[in-house]
Amino acid sequence: MAYSEKVLDHYENPRNVGSFDKGDESVGTGMVGAPACGDVMKLQIKVGADGRIEDARFKTYGCGSAIASSSLVTEWVKGKTLDEAATIRNTQIAQELSLPPVKIHCSILAEDAIKAAVEDYKKKHPA
Amino acid sequence: MKLPIYLDYSATTPVDPRVAAKMIPYLTEHFGNPASRSHAFGWTAEEAVEEARAHVAALIGADPKEIVWTSGATEGNNLAIKGAAHFYKSKGKHLITQKTEHKAVLDTFRELERQGFEATYLEVEPDGIIDIEKFKSAIRPDTILASIMMVNNEIGVIQPVWEIGEICRAKGIVFHCDAVQGAGRVEIDMAKLKADLVTITAHKIYGPKGIGALYVRRKPRVRIEAQIHGGGHERGFRSGTLPTHQIVGFGEAARLAKLEMAKDNAHVRALRDKLLHSIQELEEVYVNGSLEKRIPHNLNVSFNFVEGESLIMAVKDIAVSSGSACTSASLEPSYVLRALGRSDELAHSSIRFTLGRFSTEEEIHFAADLIKRKVAKLRELSPLWEMHQEGIDLNTVQWAAH
Repeated sequence: MAYSEKVLDHYENPRNVGSFDKGDESVGTGMVGAPACGDVMKLQIKVGADGRIEDARFKTYGCGSAIASSSLVTEWVKGKTLDEAATIRNTQIAQELSLPPVKIHCSILAEDAIKAAVEDYKKKHPA
Repeated sequence: MKLPIYLDYSATTPVDPRVAAKMIPYLTEHFGNPASRSHAFGWTAEEAVEEARAHVAALIGADPKEIVWTSGATEGNNLAIKGAAHFYKSKGKHLITQKTEHKAVLDTFRELERQGFEATYLEVEPDGIIDIEKFKSAIRPDTILASIMMVNNEIGVIQPVWEIGEICRAKGIVFHCDAVQGAGRVEIDMAKLKADLVTITAHKIYGPKGIGALYVRRKPRVRIEAQIHGGGHERGFRSGTLPTHQIVGFGEAARLAKLEMAKDNAHVRALRDKLLHSIQELEEVYVNGSLEKRIPHNLNVSFNFVEGESLIMAVKDIAVSSGSACTSASLEPSYVLRALGRSDELAHSSIRFTLGRFSTEEEIHFAADLIKRKVAKLRELSPLWEMHQEGIDLNTVQWAAH
């Protein structure tokens, strides 16, 4: 399978790999997917006092496109408010990485991971 | 050292330069049709074909008259299985094979089922080898044919075909053995292996692609129906003009294989063991199939907590075969590894290394180092590995299936 240059770049040099402390009040954690399906993504956001995402981390078990999709969204969510981050759509991810149709599910998973991380943070901070 | 490094000798082998040199004159100079009886061109070609037949027969301890040229292993397996089933169909309609056979056997069995035969597909044990007792209990009064491979192409395990041969001989069941991965690697002597039909092919033993042979036993004589009809070549078993240069190549490859088998085996065993020991520095590495009852050329391992497709992407500097085919949206795990009882995840993250005559220590060192670095890197990226490190049992986790 031929991968786009952007997928290869994120795969070779993944951005923001790692983990924050799940228990930290300023951290929201989203884990989506299942090993049997071949993809598991863990996305974490660290939210600043101003309500903006100041940092993000990811770990992904999955193909090159899944790794690239999650690496890309860690870059995209930085500096965004929670509501702004939740507006990121899988189509934008797929377009940016030129994902072929069979790899669209990777971008959907990345979108789901953001939403799950935002939700987890909101649960810790009921309005 | 040239990249990528070839470690896929069970898929095919390069033609040995000594074999290629022997073939060339039969393309340009001695181009005659071996079936031409009326002139020297034909006689020269025929002589070369018969010399090659003797070399191929010698490799497996057979009589040259028992060797029938085919286009390769797929045709050999088709001719043996369909040929025997069709010939003996009045005796019975039950056939036995096992689940980890090559597709050329399994699909031929499926076709015979469509034609009205009944087939039993034996399970293998977790080490990849069939249980003799289970084989015995699968035999029915109307069993006419059994087909069990000598060496599995994916995991390299050696099946107890010698015992199975004895059982079949005693019961009057025709026994076909696909020995494609065994020839040149395992000592084969048809006086000791009680098989009636044996498939071998040139391109797994440093010969050219497109030429194989079917051993058809004469004592006691086994009968098969031809599948390709025409000029009655190969004593009617397989019509079609003989490709002299291919046959000459097969003959020379077989001669060298017999001559150098001990040396080749010692060479690849030393390298394979080095590769295994080096890779085993990683945690959570699983060897697929028995390591003891296995040809020394094969190493098939699964790397836990690493996803298969990303692993293949990571090791593109080595030409290896993977347990999963990532041609479609969903990975298709290897049916052989599934038959061993491996989980989908472990089946997906497997790599088959197959070594050969031209593998070098430098290449193995490079491959082992690459694998170790890439698996470690992918595990750093893997949330599953992180959970494993934290002592979480992944089987207890509620996953959000998608």
